[in-house]
Amino acid sequence: MSALPQAKARPHHVVCDGNEAAAWGVVLSRPDMVAVYPITPQTSLVEALAQFAADGMLDADMVEAEGEHSVLSVLQGACLAGARTYTATSGPGLAFMFEPYLRAPGLRLPMVMSLVTRDTLSPQCVWGGHQDAMSVREVGWLQLYCESVQEILDTVIMAFKIAEHRDVMLPINVCHDGNYLSFGVCRVDLPEQAGVDAFLGKPDTNWHVALDPDRPMGVDPLTGGGGPGGALFTRYRKGHCRGMQNALRVIDEVHAEFGARFGRRHAGLIEEYRLEGAEYAIVTIGSMTGAAKDAVDEARARGERAGLIKVKTYRPFPVQAMAQAITKVGAVGVVDRSVSFGWNAGPLYQDVLGTLATVPARIPAVSFIGGLAGADLTPAHFSRALETTAQARAGALPLAPVWLNENDR
Amino acid sequence: MYEIRLHGRGGQGAVMAANLLARALVEEGQHVVAIPSFGFERRGAPVAAFLRFDAQPIRRMTNIYEPDCVVCIDPTVGRAVNIFDGLREHGTLVQASRRTLGELQIPDRVATVGLCDAVGIALQIFRRPITNTIMLGAFARTTGLVPLEALRSALGEEGGLRDAALDQNLEALRRGYEETAVHRLERRAAA
Repeated sequence: MSALPQAKARPHHVVCDGNEAAAWGVVLSRPDMVAVYPITPQTSLVEALAQFAADGMLDADMVEAEGEHSVLSVLQGACLAGARTYTATSGPGLAFMFEPYLRAPGLRLPMVMSLVTRDTLSPQCVWGGHQDAMSVREVGWLQLYCESVQEILDTVIMAFKIAEHRDVMLPINVCHDGNYLSFGVCRVDLPEQAGVDAFLGKPDTNWHVALDPDRPMGVDPLTGGGGPGGALFTRYRKGHCRGMQNALRVIDEVHAEFGARFGRRHAGLIEEYRLEGAEYAIVTIGSMTGAAKDAVDEARARGERAGLIKVKTYRPFPVQAMAQAITKVGAVGVVDRSVSFGWNAGPLYQDVLGTLATVPARIPAVSFIGGLAGADLTPAHFSRALETTAQARAGALPLAPVWLNENDR
Repeated sequence: MYEIRLHGRGGQGAVMAANLLARALVEEGQHVVAIPSFGFERRGAPVAAFLRFDAQPIRRMTNIYEPDCVVCIDPTVGRAVNIFDGLREHGTLVQASRRTLGELQIPDRVATVGLCDAVGIALQIFRRPITNTIMLGAFARTTGLVPLEALRSALGEEGGLRDAALDQNLEALRRGYEETAVHRLERRAAA
């Protein structure tokens, strides 16, 4: 057997797209096992991982599975045996892995999965949008959304620490937008391996419940029905919900520790941007946020009192942090990159409405929907959204969603 | 902020050209965002790529609608798409063409034109009409916004380019730079 190829010297920064940035985050986090199946727009992430493995930079077992259902099933076995695992998928791939995807959180497996977000298949579409991620917002995975290419790398690393925290022990989706982030090329700074090793520490594996051929045990036995079975199931569910709520604190702590150690500070739950003296704000999520911040700056330069609230953590929903931000303004416009078919509005908009029910102030909220199927959300779109939100504050509240790209040419 | 839109056809390497330019500009200390236009990759189909750079950090991850410069690495794609769409006043065109300036139809708002017979050069070097690195040389010559040396090192670092392929592309860069005729259309500024 030939020796592993000599690892290349690691640069301090690279110029790469979001998919490669995610792969760098994986390399630095040193997982034990990786299984991935290519699917647009995630494919180049898989290629980057394979290249890193071939170059001797990623020392993980790479499993070539025949499809996404097997990908996640293989990793569940590894994770149950105490391994650190990683995978990545998108839209149709996520759909094909749905059955093991549903099982992972109930088994409390701290898996990390990049979800390269994509709009749904029909009308036929291969472009970005949050419909895939939003369709799985209630199955018990954590969901974080990245704004920039750098934040993808940093968040993949942080995701392992969040998921593996003993108070959380849940799988996590690091969402990055298909197209604008997956293929957007920027400078990305790479943290030192020793720093990442110290940051992540030794995985806090609960060996008492890890699979071990010397100690055979049943995993996931039939649980439920009436009486004690149903009671046991209820306690599992309650524990899962508690883990989700614990994650709010852990996500905040991990982001703070990452910022202190590496000098790059990302808001963990909610970022408040120019809310001082703001009369109204737009709520954003994902890669749209950069253009939205530019639009807010332009509005401020015109003397308008606009602000922005960015959602980084979407599941669990940071109700308190959102309430704190939202009560600083007199109206909000929520920009979703997907729809809730049940409510004729965006899903993030629903979460904001739910948050508003917890505060005494009555704050009008507008639902904007844009960026579907790769549609571009530019500062001009956000300027219109800000204007509409300002009018909502003055009493003109649209009762239906505002579709931002409907008349793009 | 300076914004560039690259036009080409699938297979010529417009997206790779944008990524190479991004790499070179980053090494020059610039902040850069390069984004391909999204479609099905198909050899011969019109493609575009966007690149913006600035001394300040760039936040917007969007396409480019009002470029300062259009780099067109294919001589005929201008028949299929309006490569001048949204181009700013006093803008720059870097065009792959063996025609002379007088033979081309160029809108009044273009102030600088760089012309390079990139297909002719590519057929000599690669025996295929792959024009991307040649047109990066043409861009460097026309605009002076990136040193040739920075593009040379970017090529060397880009994964997969080594040995003969690297030598060919370095030669392509050099010839693109040297064999580009730059025209300043001063008459237009007065119009």
